Amino acid sequence: MAAIVLLVVLGLLAVWVIAGYNRLINLRNQVANAWKQIDVQLKRRHDLIPNLVNTVRGVMDFERDTLTAVMEARAKALTAAGPEDAARKEGELSAALGRLLAVAESYPVLKSNENVKLLQEELTTTENRIGFARQFYNDLATRFNTAQQVFPTNLMAGSLGFKPAELFEIASDADREVPVVDLSRK
Amino acid sequence: MNIYEQQAANRRRTWIIMIGFVGFLVLLGLGFDRFFLDVSGSPAPIGSLLALAVGSVSALLGYFNGDRAVLAATRARPLSDVLRVAPEDERFRLWQLDDVVEEMAIAAGLPKPAVYVVDDPDPNAFATGRDPAHASIAATKGLLAALDRDELQGVIAHEMSHIRNLDVRVLTIVAALVGGVALLSDWAGRGMSWGVGPRRRSSRDEDGGGLGGAVLFAIWLIAIVLAPVIAQALAMMVSRRREFLADASGAELTRNPLGLARALEKIDAAVEPTRAINRGSAHLCIADPLGRRANLHEGVWSDLFASHPPMAARIAALRQMAYDQGSGASRR
Repeated sequence: MAAIVLLVVLGLLAVWVIAGYNRLINLRNQVANAWKQIDVQLKRRHDLIPNLVNTVRGVMDFERDTLTAVMEARAKALTAAGPEDAARKEGELSAALGRLLAVAESYPVLKSNENVKLLQEELTTTENRIGFARQFYNDLATRFNTAQQVFPTNLMAGSLGFKPAELFEIASDADREVPVVDLSRK
Repeated sequence: MNIYEQQAANRRRTWIIMIGFVGFLVLLGLGFDRFFLDVSGSPAPIGSLLALAVGSVSALLGYFNGDRAVLAATRARPLSDVLRVAPEDERFRLWQLDDVVEEMAIAAGLPKPAVYVVDDPDPNAFATGRDPAHASIAATKGLLAALDRDELQGVIAHEMSHIRNLDVRVLTIVAALVGGVALLSDWAGRGMSWGVGPRRRSSRDEDGGGLGGAVLFAIWLIAIVLAPVIAQALAMMVSRRREFLADASGAELTRNPLGLARALEKIDAAVEPTRAINRGSAHLCIADPLGRRANLHEGVWSDLFASHPPMAARIAALRQMAYDQGSGASRR
């Protein structure tokens, strides 16, 4: 009788461990995938920039510095090594693009230009996509971390080799201060 | 309540209403079994199951073909087709719509739904499709003309939330329940007119006939006559919960509840009903396409049978979310 009770208890325990383990694995893969989605959006931005710069080059010839800064920031971002470096360099690229937009804004000729309107929309959506991809990653990572920390899963998460996922944060204080050019409120 | 609390509360209330709905169907069916069928000894509510099964057929047809039917009925056209023939000044907003849908798909972690445009001057939008892989979002030209980018994003986030919350599935279940109740009521009516039913029981009446049985039968009779109306009211209750839920989870996607709040104000101010969208496809719209009747005049009737909650209540809930989020009531 005691043996049967013991077997049942052990069986339930095994089911619980398996279910908890599978849930954590599932979440961990989702987190990894969400991280890759950020990369997809960053790559999209890298591919887009040469076209964007070409679009405004003709009209903004005298703002060569701004355009060069964007191209340089892009070149740097392409050679980033490691997540931290990438975060910093992508932040600089965002800042350079923000300045480009601000400059484009200040030219009435540019403002009415249909191409420039499309350029602004393109830049806005590019930045938004990166932002939303990060937001989605952070949400999933938070859920993954919470799943590891709640009782009783916390009893086994560590010993099964799960580590909390890092949340995406803005790399430096300088990036926080980037003037946001909000084009949506026209 | 903040974004997350509102979502949890609306999910909970959906469940409560649904359980009540199923309970209602089972009670009606038990009465049906007792008074019309000779199966009172059976452990399962035969009448309910039968009615639900038949009701499910049409609901499932709607589940699998509903999106094509709705898109055809509203004469929605794929964005890429509209873009090809659009005049220069409309193109920009069409691009923007496409971008915003893509952004919200990223924020929700879902595949990008097909984007459609409805040629109607009234601002409105709807989502359809049985699951995220088969989803479509449609916006009217009036919506594109009326809203700025943030507001459009709020509306699309609301529609994306209908998709993410699997509301087509929820409403399919509701449709099956409504159908089941209507069938039971119909069968009872036919049974009565054919003269079968309670009278048959009186011949072998031992287990609680008399006054008690008669009172029970009278109550059940009233219930079954009113059943289709009650079922409709319950269905609309679920629909309104899903609207509140989509508002709250939409705000979670954009983290900007005020964008949607401003959009709702503008949509509310538009006077005309959306002609292209008829009653059948009202559920997953951003606002009741039938116009103001059910939403502006407050009253018991409109409260019971409106597919959407009153605009003022939705806007107030969104402002509360914004306030709790800290972006504050100060921003406009």
